[in-house]
Amino acid sequence: MVGFIYLPVVTLVLFSLHDGRVPVPPFRGPTLEWYARILGNAKVIQATGISLLVAATSAALSVALATLAAWGLARHRLPGKPLIEALIMAPLAVSTLVIGLGLSVTWSGLIGKSPLFVIMGHVALNLPLAFAIIYVQLDAAQARLEAAARDLGASEVQVFFRVTLPSLRVSLIAAAALCFTFSWDEFIVAFFLSGFDPTLPVVIWGLLRTGLDPQTNAAGTLVFLVSILAVVWVEALILRRRDAPPR
Amino acid sequence: MPPPDDLILSGLGKTYGAQSVLADVSLTVAAGSYVVLLGPSGSGKTTLLSILGGFTAPTTGTVRLGPRDITAMPPAQRPTATVFQDYALFPHLTIAQNVGFGLSVRHRPKTEIAARVEAALAMVDLAGYGPRRISATSGGQRQRIALARALVTEPAILLLDEPLGALDLNLRRQMQAELRRLQQAEGRSFIHVTHDQEEAMALADQIVIMNRGRIEDLGPPEQVYTRPRTRFSAGFMGESTLLPARFADGAAETAIGRLPAADLGGCSIAIRPESLRLAAQPGDIPLGRAQITARSFQGSHATLTLRLGDTPLALRAPPGASPDPGTEHLIFLAPDGAVPLTD
Repeated sequence: MVGFIYLPVVTLVLFSLHDGRVPVPPFRGPTLEWYARILGNAKVIQATGISLLVAATSAALSVALATLAAWGLARHRLPGKPLIEALIMAPLAVSTLVIGLGLSVTWSGLIGKSPLFVIMGHVALNLPLAFAIIYVQLDAAQARLEAAARDLGASEVQVFFRVTLPSLRVSLIAAAALCFTFSWDEFIVAFFLSGFDPTLPVVIWGLLRTGLDPQTNAAGTLVFLVSILAVVWVEALILRRRDAPPR
Repeated sequence: MPPPDDLILSGLGKTYGAQSVLADVSLTVAAGSYVVLLGPSGSGKTTLLSILGGFTAPTTGTVRLGPRDITAMPPAQRPTATVFQDYALFPHLTIAQNVGFGLSVRHRPKTEIAARVEAALAMVDLAGYGPRRISATSGGQRQRIALARALVTEPAILLLDEPLGALDLNLRRQMQAELRRLQQAEGRSFIHVTHDQEEAMALADQIVIMNRGRIEDLGPPEQVYTRPRTRFSAGFMGESTLLPARFADGAAETAIGRLPAADLGGCSIAIRPESLRLAAQPGDIPLGRAQITARSFQGSHATLTLRLGDTPLALRAPPGASPDPGTEHLIFLAPDGAVPLTD
């Protein structure tokens, strides 16, 4: 297990510091030459900007839509509620290849391959995850908080903005951070939809095709670093909440 | 301020599909009184409280506060405030922000909110605790915060749903005294739901005993305890022995003899352990020699289990000088010790 999960990561990071043209053992170095090269590559820098924009926007959109959907479903009696739940959660079970290809075939005539199209694809991909995280938090205890707020004279708008949203804070941040990391290193959908302004994973894939080079290791390490930072931040948030006594 | 109004419930019922959880509940809560809704789980007491708070719409009946019909009034506009069983304090706010919430959503000036919050916190002995976070408080403190948060909005009626259920015995006693003090100091009506009969007797001006969605019995604690109306309330409020009886000529024919009791149309009587005595007092009815089968010491008194003929009875005796199990003893019934029941 450890060999398959962590060893490749260690290898990737180690050989990004390799002082030689091909990233194969024995290790020589270390050197930061490959980082300098990758950060000097205009295409990579541009793709990083696009990836950050796509990840941030699609995460924000996913969380906003998921919050509205979860709140609507949890707090109102809607006809066909199980069907709506199933429709929202279903994309989790669909292959990203199908989503990417499907979006491309169905909509590219109308929308055109662009970062905007990738954002829409990533929202489609991440909405179920965000919905699930937020939906479980809207339980009976949370409903009583809202009832208490109404009882104390709060209007529906005040209930939503002064009780529902703030008490969902940790779930909202966790969902946003996860959506961000999934979008940040997502390849298949981005590959189908990004067109002439590719995201970072698509550019790295392009680098790989031109030959094995520690530059790709350096790029991979940077991508990994951003994801790790987001995940650690979320874990810290969740652990801090667990330390607090239950309400 | 106009004189406070009575709360009048008439014909309240609630059904979920084919299941009826509340049926034909009519009750008047006098302004400024402490009413306890007492019953086992599933008796409809929490549903009734939820209807009064505006969280559940009744299927039938009306709720009026004086001349106003408030049956369909949403919780935000109701002159009621609820203390929830789990307190439902806002975890993202400080104690002061929790208590001030009801004033803040009504856009009261900041200085007024601060003053009223501090006064409310002082009232529940939490002066100076305002800036703390909810996560840094104990169960008893949460209970007080929930009370202060509800009272700060000056509701005509405070609704309490099993408010002491999560506290240990000592704290519960202490909070009972506190609740009673708050209710009397503020002169508001409190309606309190519990399944604990001791808590009900300690707090209530009026006890309403509920069972299977109906009111079984109601009255001041002493009356409900000493003169229960139904078999259910006799069994629920403390110990008693129920005996089948046939009523005729102002007396009840029972297995232990003919006892004075009015005919209420029922077919049984209840006898409390404290109505039976080992030594006769003036007017007592001698019941004959009973066999003592067991004795359990309970601090301030001892409970004897007896057999009178074939009928088992319980008797509450002073702790010293009670006869040993296996012996026989004459026993007597207090003149009003046989309580006729309606069903």
